[in-house]
Amino acid sequence: MSTDTGVTTSKSASSAAGERLLEVEHLTVKFPTADGLVNAVTDLSYGVARGQTLGIVGESGSGKSVSSMAVLGLHDPRRTRIEGSIRIDGQEVIGLSESRLRKIRGNSAAMIFQDALASLHPFYRVGKQLSEAYGAHHPKASARDGRRKAIEMLDLVGIPQPDRRVDDFPHQFSGGMRQRAMIAMGLINDPSLLIADEPTTALDVTVQAQILDLLGDLQREFDSAIIIITHDLGVIAEMADEVLVMYAGRAVEYGATRELLTHPEMPYTWGLLSSVPDVSADPDARLLPIPGNPPSLLDPPTGCSFHPRCVHVDKVPGDLCSTSTPELTPGGRGPGHLKRCHLADPDRIYATEVLPEIAPDLADGSATPAPSTATPSTTPPTTKEA
Amino acid sequence: MVSVQKESDATLTRHRSGGQPVLEVEDLKMYFPVKSSGLVRRTVGHVQAVDGVSFQVPAGGALGLVGESGCGKSTTGRLITRLHDPTSGAIRFEGTDLARLSPRQMKPMRRDVQMIFQDPFSSLNPRHTVGAIVSSPLVTHSMVPKDKVLSRVQELLEVVGLNPEHYNRYPNEFSGGQRQRIGIARALALQPKLLVADEPVSALDVSIQAQVVNLLEDLQKEFGIAFLFIAHDLGVVRHFCPEVAVMYLGKIVEIADRDTLYDRPHHPYTQALLSAVPDVKQAAIGGRRERIRIEGDVPSPINPPSGCRFRTRCFHAKEICARVEPPLMQIGRRHKVACHFPGELGKHPEEPVTARLLGVDDQGSPDPGGSPTDLGNPPGFSDTWFDLEKRTMAGARTTPGASANDTARDAG
Repeated sequence: MSTDTGVTTSKSASSAAGERLLEVEHLTVKFPTADGLVNAVTDLSYGVARGQTLGIVGESGSGKSVSSMAVLGLHDPRRTRIEGSIRIDGQEVIGLSESRLRKIRGNSAAMIFQDALASLHPFYRVGKQLSEAYGAHHPKASARDGRRKAIEMLDLVGIPQPDRRVDDFPHQFSGGMRQRAMIAMGLINDPSLLIADEPTTALDVTVQAQILDLLGDLQREFDSAIIIITHDLGVIAEMADEVLVMYAGRAVEYGATRELLTHPEMPYTWGLLSSVPDVSADPDARLLPIPGNPPSLLDPPTGCSFHPRCVHVDKVPGDLCSTSTPELTPGGRGPGHLKRCHLADPDRIYATEVLPEIAPDLADGSATPAPSTATPSTTPPTTKEA
Repeated sequence: MVSVQKESDATLTRHRSGGQPVLEVEDLKMYFPVKSSGLVRRTVGHVQAVDGVSFQVPAGGALGLVGESGCGKSTTGRLITRLHDPTSGAIRFEGTDLARLSPRQMKPMRRDVQMIFQDPFSSLNPRHTVGAIVSSPLVTHSMVPKDKVLSRVQELLEVVGLNPEHYNRYPNEFSGGQRQRIGIARALALQPKLLVADEPVSALDVSIQAQVVNLLEDLQKEFGIAFLFIAHDLGVVRHFCPEVAVMYLGKIVEIADRDTLYDRPHHPYTQALLSAVPDVKQAAIGGRRERIRIEGDVPSPINPPSGCRFRTRCFHAKEICARVEPPLMQIGRRHKVACHFPGELGKHPEEPVTARLLGVDDQGSPDPGGSPTDLGNPPGFSDTWFDLEKRTMAGARTTPGASANDTARDAG
């Protein structure tokens, strides 16, 4: 299948680190419900190497959280149908028994959840919860070892006076400190894979900046692979080496961050970029929202799942968009950049129709670092980026 | 240093066309009592949620209120709609002081001041149909005769882009963006002159946020509604509001027109806030953007730091900052900042510019020879301001009577 080869080549090109730590192939997750079968994730393939960061972007219901929960085996096998393959460091996760899974969880792969207050137990002291996570994978460790390790981790994530704060309850921590405690808990067993599910969504921008810096520092220190799930393209741009854009349970665009965000080839990614006002755009320019609403996963649209909201459907001959699902294939910009779209020349449409409207100066900035296959930018260059 | 007076003519005309302020807030304070535990619940302190806030919202214009959680921006919005009773201060809406009205007197005023809430999931009653939700303000205020209510509801639903045939449905049948439209339709039902929008898009998906922002923009143009737009998303606020106020721990630290605030902020907090926003354009360069790191968390509003409230996290804090509180001083035509060392990033002055005005020396100790000037805390902008380069009040300061602007109180 073309999907598979494309992904592999893209990865080997971008990461010199060699074998990828996490390998997800053709992952499909379905939930049977009273209303019917929910196709939460369909044929998803991606991977992360050590020391690399993958950003997963998408709206609520796009399957980004469901797919990463599958990596840790967090779905109830009785209520979930999972197909495909997930390998962490060569070890297949799907179909693993609960006791074997428990050895992986929190040890070689850990997760940081979005809402830190809901993810920490309100009755137990923060230090107790941290040392519990440590003790689970170090059965020989004494309570004192656990406490020492908890203090060490709280210090590492930048909590002041960790030897005193270790005995606090979660409600005594501020939002940013809770998220740090969550990160400390995720990192306490030195996992090689860290999945951060919207780690900063509930936080203020200054705290968000602190947490993102912390994640970056820790990654450099431990050489771990990080998956950041977010809807904030700014966070992706600053943190991720590669981006996976998801829509209605499928990967719709996948590639290196700089390449993908400067030359997106899928109308949904264009929509995401154009609907966010940033702090330097022209304030009088109208926002260009994506019309309509995300589709229901109970009854996904035929063909391309984005076609009911896509404004470029008429550029594809016939009713291809509504009848056949496009494959995730390399676009016109080399094998490292995959897209799921029928549009024949997305680069030209992006450069001539989308970019001038959303960010004329980005159009210029993107033209400079472009690889050999770059389409010449049709917008007049602005001096701002130069 | 770029002169602070140099402002584009476009900005100026935009403000001038805004006309008279529809809302004037002066020295507004809201202290929530903190009670002790036990049988006799004595008041042991106050949360100074809003502490002396002054601003204006022009008729048909928009003022943005940004800041981190706990800075008092939402409380300010709730005070203006009188969901809280303010501790002190004035909220003048078209000349009427809302802060002093009884609930009965307030009722007719509520027609003109409406609110859009953040969370479209908890702000709509799940047991009421959309028709009931949108029509209840119409019925309460007897806006239309009973037999016309339904047609008016359908009209409103159409205005906000919903199918008017859906008036019989329940909120759970709508998506987040559609629910927020229902909330907007409810706020529009009374044809308000001022809408307080408290984080109207932050609970929505990215692709839906733009739809709602565009809708609010259309409504503003069509009906001439003034907006107090409260949000923590600096990008959305910049897009929507020609004028923006930045709050920190219950106080406004900087207020300016959009271009000045985002391009030439003078307060260290504003600079740190702006530099913390992740930028999509960074993708072209890769890696993390250079930024001002501010350490730690927001201090408790029960026991705020002495002097300047931001000094505990400020990269430029000096001795004077702990001793004397910086006044919110006008330093440009439409630019006020509360800092002893106001300046563009990297160009903060070494000497406190406020010392002489406050009658203190450079370390903040009272200067026996100094004569403190009372700058006051007026809501609007004055025709005279403190020139940062010349260190004097610019404009006709010696003849305060000549100033035509009614808010030029601080000139005298």
